[in-house]
Amino acid sequence: MTYPAATVVFLLLLVLVVVLGFTAARWKAGDMSHIVEWGLGGRRFGTWVSWFLLGGDLYTAYTFIAIPALMFGAGAIGFFAVPYTVMIYPILYLVFPKLWKVAHRHGYITGPEFLRGRYGNRWLALAVGVTGIFATMPYIALQLVGMQTVIGALGLPGHLPLIIAFSVLAAFTYTSGLRAPAMIAIVKDLLIYLTVIVAVIVIPAQLGGFAAIFAKISPAKLLLAVPPAGSGGAYTGYATLALGSAMALFLYPHAMTGILSASSPKVIRRNAALLPAYSVLLGLLALIGFMAVAAGVQTMPQFASGFKQYGASFAVPALLLNSLPGWFAGIAFAAIAIGALVPAAIMAIAAANIFTRDICSQFIAKAGHKGEVRVAKLFSIVMVVGAVAFILLIPNSYAVQLQLLGGMWIIQTFPAIAFSVFTRFFNGWALLAGWAVGIFSATYLVALNHFTAAIFAFHVLGHTLPSYIALATVVLNAMVAAALSLPMNALASDRAGDETVAADYI
Amino acid sequence: MIKLLLLPVFVIALAVPFFNHAAPSLFGFPFFYWYQIAVVPVGAVLIYIVYRVEENRRGDDA
Repeated sequence: MTYPAATVVFLLLLVLVVVLGFTAARWKAGDMSHIVEWGLGGRRFGTWVSWFLLGGDLYTAYTFIAIPALMFGAGAIGFFAVPYTVMIYPILYLVFPKLWKVAHRHGYITGPEFLRGRYGNRWLALAVGVTGIFATMPYIALQLVGMQTVIGALGLPGHLPLIIAFSVLAAFTYTSGLRAPAMIAIVKDLLIYLTVIVAVIVIPAQLGGFAAIFAKISPAKLLLAVPPAGSGGAYTGYATLALGSAMALFLYPHAMTGILSASSPKVIRRNAALLPAYSVLLGLLALIGFMAVAAGVQTMPQFASGFKQYGASFAVPALLLNSLPGWFAGIAFAAIAIGALVPAAIMAIAAANIFTRDICSQFIAKAGHKGEVRVAKLFSIVMVVGAVAFILLIPNSYAVQLQLLGGMWIIQTFPAIAFSVFTRFFNGWALLAGWAVGIFSATYLVALNHFTAAIFAFHVLGHTLPSYIALATVVLNAMVAAALSLPMNALASDRAGDETVAADYI
Repeated sequence: MIKLLLLPVFVIALAVPFFNHAAPSLFGFPFFYWYQIAVVPVGAVLIYIVYRVEENRRGDDA
């Protein structure tokens, strides 16, 4: 063992979490043969559990590795994560308490189910559901990459630890459902807060304070480049990246599952004001990327092989190993690894809920209560195994590219989900057409960028407007949906298919 | 219409030309960084105000 103290602490904490995961089934006990119990924790989570669950769900291991890595490699642009995670909360406050109410009234457990009820259109629900599953798969895979980075940093050998960790994850997800990540999230979030608070006090003290850290960052990386005349430059790129990411976040199945598991809309509204605490944490964490630059970990011989293997993603683990005592690095690494397990479990459950309610029961075979849970549990294992296979069989860079594409795809469900809790102006088929245009144009533009860059330079009326592809294409999507809804409402209205009434949303 | 208070959250978070500067710095943080971190609690307070006002209007049952 290269880092014995760190490794021992790391393994002890992970064992603790596994025990918690299996005992969670008995917590806030319910009838586990019902999918609302397995897949939504019985909609029983109050303000504090939801705070931990959503915090653990949205601020993932991938975030904790990738955002500082982006700061480390590219500089100021990586800080878009902060405005992004500020703007998600007004959206959460405005849209999702309404979605919770209508879902509760009609027993929906997924976003697509709501659309099927709203428009009487199972094809629209299928499109949105499949988008969610496809966007989720690489996201789970990236959680594994995050975990792999810290396991590799500890010098543990090969893929075996990762396979063990995710087998255990699949097992406790199967038995405990959403209660497992909810309980584990409490441990994970406390460890993450502890890690970041200690790191931002101890490391800057070693490096001579924040002013000294920022002084070591090259001017080109410290701020965004000022745009040339006639172009929005880095400014529109930064702003659209933040806004588009914010619009996309709560559309991910795992985010929606976290929201729908709340015990009341009041819990969601409260959390819109309480969850931003995590965004402060994320801002400080992002700066760890700059601390890694200032500490010069990249040129230290003991980290050379790590950087070679994991690239900029190795910046955080290297800095923690270099600057903190071994046992504390163990705590920090455990926080990151558990930070991979929590969202991965919720993602697997969320995808399983969608497969069960929006694909299997609609297009394959209807099942009773017990059958539903069986299908969902099995599909959650398929998701986890699929993600592990993904990571073991294809290069990690593909997972990153697919995650990038996943963000472009999931935002295309924004008009259908977010607009439909306010209005029935749209026609279901028009929303489906808008979705198709959005998916196609976003994929095409990302392909033009060789699947590596999220920002495309649009030329509008003699101006250059670099924009996050997801945001530009979802605007197109909404315009198509609106333009087609007008004639379709007049000629072939589907309003009779709406099983919800206005009172369901208030 | 208290919900209109949520609009400034987007404005202050997206005002890139306004905050893309190094000065004035605070505790060693360039403006770009401390401003955006400061936007987080400002946004949370605005959401909290909207929540309180709507909650009072609604009664405590919803």
